[in-house]
Amino acid sequence: MPPVFGVLFDGLAYGTLLFLLSVGLSVTLGMMNFVNLAHCSFAMLGGYVTVTLMNRLGWPFFATLPAAFVAAAAASVVLERAFFRRFYNASDLEQCLLTIGIVFVSIAAAAYIYGTDQQPVQLPAFLRGSIAFAGLNFAVYRLFLIGIALIITVVLVATLEMTRFGAQVRAAVNNQRMARGLGIDVDALFAITFALGSGLAGLGGALAIDLVGLDPSFAFTYLIYVLIVVSVGGLGSIGGSLAAAMLLGVSDIAGKYYVPALGSILIYLVMTVLIMLRPAGIFGRR
Amino acid sequence: MTSTTIAEPRDYLQAQMRWRLGEIAFWLATLLPFVLAPDYLLLASQVAIAALFVLSLDLILGFAGIVSLGHAAYFGTGAYTAGLISKLGWGEPLTGLVIAALAAGLFGYVTSFIIARFRHLPLIMITLGIGLLLQESANSASWLTGGFDGLQGIHTWPILGRFRFDLYGYTAYGYALAALFVIFLGARRLIHSPFGLALRGIRDNSQRMRAIGATTHSHIRTIYTIAAMIAGAAGAVLAQSTETVSLEVLGFQRSADVLVMLILGGTGRLYGGLLGAVVYMVARDQFSGLNPQYWYFWIGLLLIAVVVVLPNGLLGGLSLLTRRAKAQS
Amino acid sequence: MSESALAARGVDKRFGSLVVAANVNLALPPGARHALIGPNGAGKTTLINLMTGMLRPDAGQILLGREDVTALAPEQRVRRGLARTYQINSLFPHLTALESVTLAVCERRRVAQTWWRRLITYREEIEEAHQILVALMLGAACHRPARELAYGQQRLLEIALALASRPKVLLLDEPAAGVPREESKELFAAIAGLSRDIAVLFIEHDMELVFRFASRVIVMVGGSILVEGTPAEITSDPQVRAVYLGKAQREYRYG
Repeated sequence: MPPVFGVLFDGLAYGTLLFLLSVGLSVTLGMMNFVNLAHCSFAMLGGYVTVTLMNRLGWPFFATLPAAFVAAAAASVVLERAFFRRFYNASDLEQCLLTIGIVFVSIAAAAYIYGTDQQPVQLPAFLRGSIAFAGLNFAVYRLFLIGIALIITVVLVATLEMTRFGAQVRAAVNNQRMARGLGIDVDALFAITFALGSGLAGLGGALAIDLVGLDPSFAFTYLIYVLIVVSVGGLGSIGGSLAAAMLLGVSDIAGKYYVPALGSILIYLVMTVLIMLRPAGIFGRR
Repeated sequence: MTSTTIAEPRDYLQAQMRWRLGEIAFWLATLLPFVLAPDYLLLASQVAIAALFVLSLDLILGFAGIVSLGHAAYFGTGAYTAGLISKLGWGEPLTGLVIAALAAGLFGYVTSFIIARFRHLPLIMITLGIGLLLQESANSASWLTGGFDGLQGIHTWPILGRFRFDLYGYTAYGYALAALFVIFLGARRLIHSPFGLALRGIRDNSQRMRAIGATTHSHIRTIYTIAAMIAGAAGAVLAQSTETVSLEVLGFQRSADVLVMLILGGTGRLYGGLLGAVVYMVARDQFSGLNPQYWYFWIGLLLIAVVVVLPNGLLGGLSLLTRRAKAQS
Repeated sequence: MSESALAARGVDKRFGSLVVAANVNLALPPGARHALIGPNGAGKTTLINLMTGMLRPDAGQILLGREDVTALAPEQRVRRGLARTYQINSLFPHLTALESVTLAVCERRRVAQTWWRRLITYREEIEEAHQILVALMLGAACHRPARELAYGQQRLLEIALALASRPKVLLLDEPAAGVPREESKELFAAIAGLSRDIAVLFIEHDMELVFRFASRVIVMVGGSILVEGTPAEITSDPQVRAVYLGKAQREYRYG
């Protein structure tokens, strides 16, 4: 098998990680138009929760994953109640600045508590190593990531399409005013969706440690990628986030493999051009 | 209609534009560092450069409502252009400054065609994208920019043949301050021109602007180009006075810093940005001994505090206080 | 037949399956005083948006005088003499009334892009703006920011902004909407005082205004024009009574 398949595989694994990190932001942005640049701080929180539980308290890896989800979701509920609520109707600029401030604070806090080094994490034995197939090595952990993302996507789509909660979410994303007019409690809906989205980000942060590492700058570095996924995929679209995340993941890995001299230029160029051509995102509605 | 009926509205407008005592005091105070704090002249020149950069951002953000997360692109273009010109052998600062500003302005003009067409999240993302693209490109093109190590071999000739750039910073601060003042005069004139009014109209209600026949895209392109030139001038002054240029002049850090300075001081007032630059740069210098993590913690808290408590920045808060004091007296 | 100041020919517009304009034909002669009435959701404001260029029709043409302006952007139509006001005030909140109207005048005279000359040197523009405001009883309030004006004054400022472009056609979208009885006198005077050179089409629910100022009434329902005629003809038309006037009288009693 030519190396391109290996590149594709790595790109897909990376893409699924980006998807987990981005899907929450896409839905909440689509619903409330609240520019939450602190989204990846929740992801980072999830990562550090996993690190703390595993390295300092000896928890097994799998047990830390739900903890990461819950911790991030809980933190988001607190922040949403305390701050974000008051800024749903504020200008883009104010929302940006408020959430950038939170990012800064979170980065500083992480550096203070954990230091600036990469956090090591020991995966359970059966997740390490790789499977050889048709002349290429497929890392087990990456297969695991793809598997988890598939399961989560199925669950998300099923929830959206088949439950009443999901129908309400879709209505609120589509037309907030009309949804309120129909008696849907959009504020409560948003609080729940926000918590779920942040929780997913936290889970993504925990899963990311072995793939891309964890240090205090995570909250910012991956924010850029998440913003790209959300802008290109379209606000409020799970399918869009998935497609954009895969596109970004594969492009990034492929770019760095085939044309390393260009660095991230390819990504930024593709993103900028795509947003210009389709400002509402590939699957966006506005 | 007799002529007296029209004189009155014009007089009122004229009174709005007059130089206030506070303004004159401010500019006189900028001369103080020469006398009172000669050890800090290098810092003062950095403050003046930052102030000039913030001024350019205020024009597009405070007056036209364009939120940019990548304004450092134009600052960096000016810095690298000035550095390269010097490196290639022409170290005369004033002409170098003009050329660098024009180069940044040209880049601004080209990108303004894109900028004018978008609002909200797409616009923010595009400005971010342009900034990131430029930084990455500069990193890759290390044959031109020196890459990670930055430009070497910049040597700035004395200004007007007489004022040499020295280690003490007299010339640096004088140069930066002069550039700031001259450009500020131009910006002040712009604010009080019909164009300044049009920009405020765009910021207040761009849809209504179209309904009164305004070519909003053309206005936005114009102010964006002007702002890019000013940002380029600031970058050029930095390159010439410090004789170094590195990738950080194009970085997101710089774009974010200038945004913080502007918000801190207050948008849409010109002086707000200047005040914000002074406060931010001096504070950063004072805390520079600290771990950088602490710095980000406090800046983060400051940002949150400004948005929650003082949405119009320090200057907005001050003017609110003075208005309340006047109302009570 | 002399040409119309403004005409819509065969205009269609739909959003998905929602038809907001169906084969709309409308002609506004110079100096006209026409009223456009119809129930809420009939597509009246949409028609204004189509005529001003904020929306593109799926089919049909918009003509300003002899010129086909269907492909022109809104600001280009304004430059050719088409102005509008908004049903919900769309002003410049932080600009004073004088600044707002001066801005409109400067835009019309194409001097709004000069950044090197001070605004106060543009005496003629400021004078013209001031005169427009005085004629609309806003002279005393001209230095107050738009957001600090009383609601009725804001509605008048809406009209002032439109008049500043020296339009040949003026589209007024519910000029009296929300104006309390005490403040409507100036508004009525303003509308009465509109020059006979301007063709005026106004959307209104206030039948008093319609009967006072309109020489012709056009009734729009569900995206189509139901019927048009003089106010007397319209009020006695059984179709109109059934569809609209019955409802309007109910609304009128509340207003």
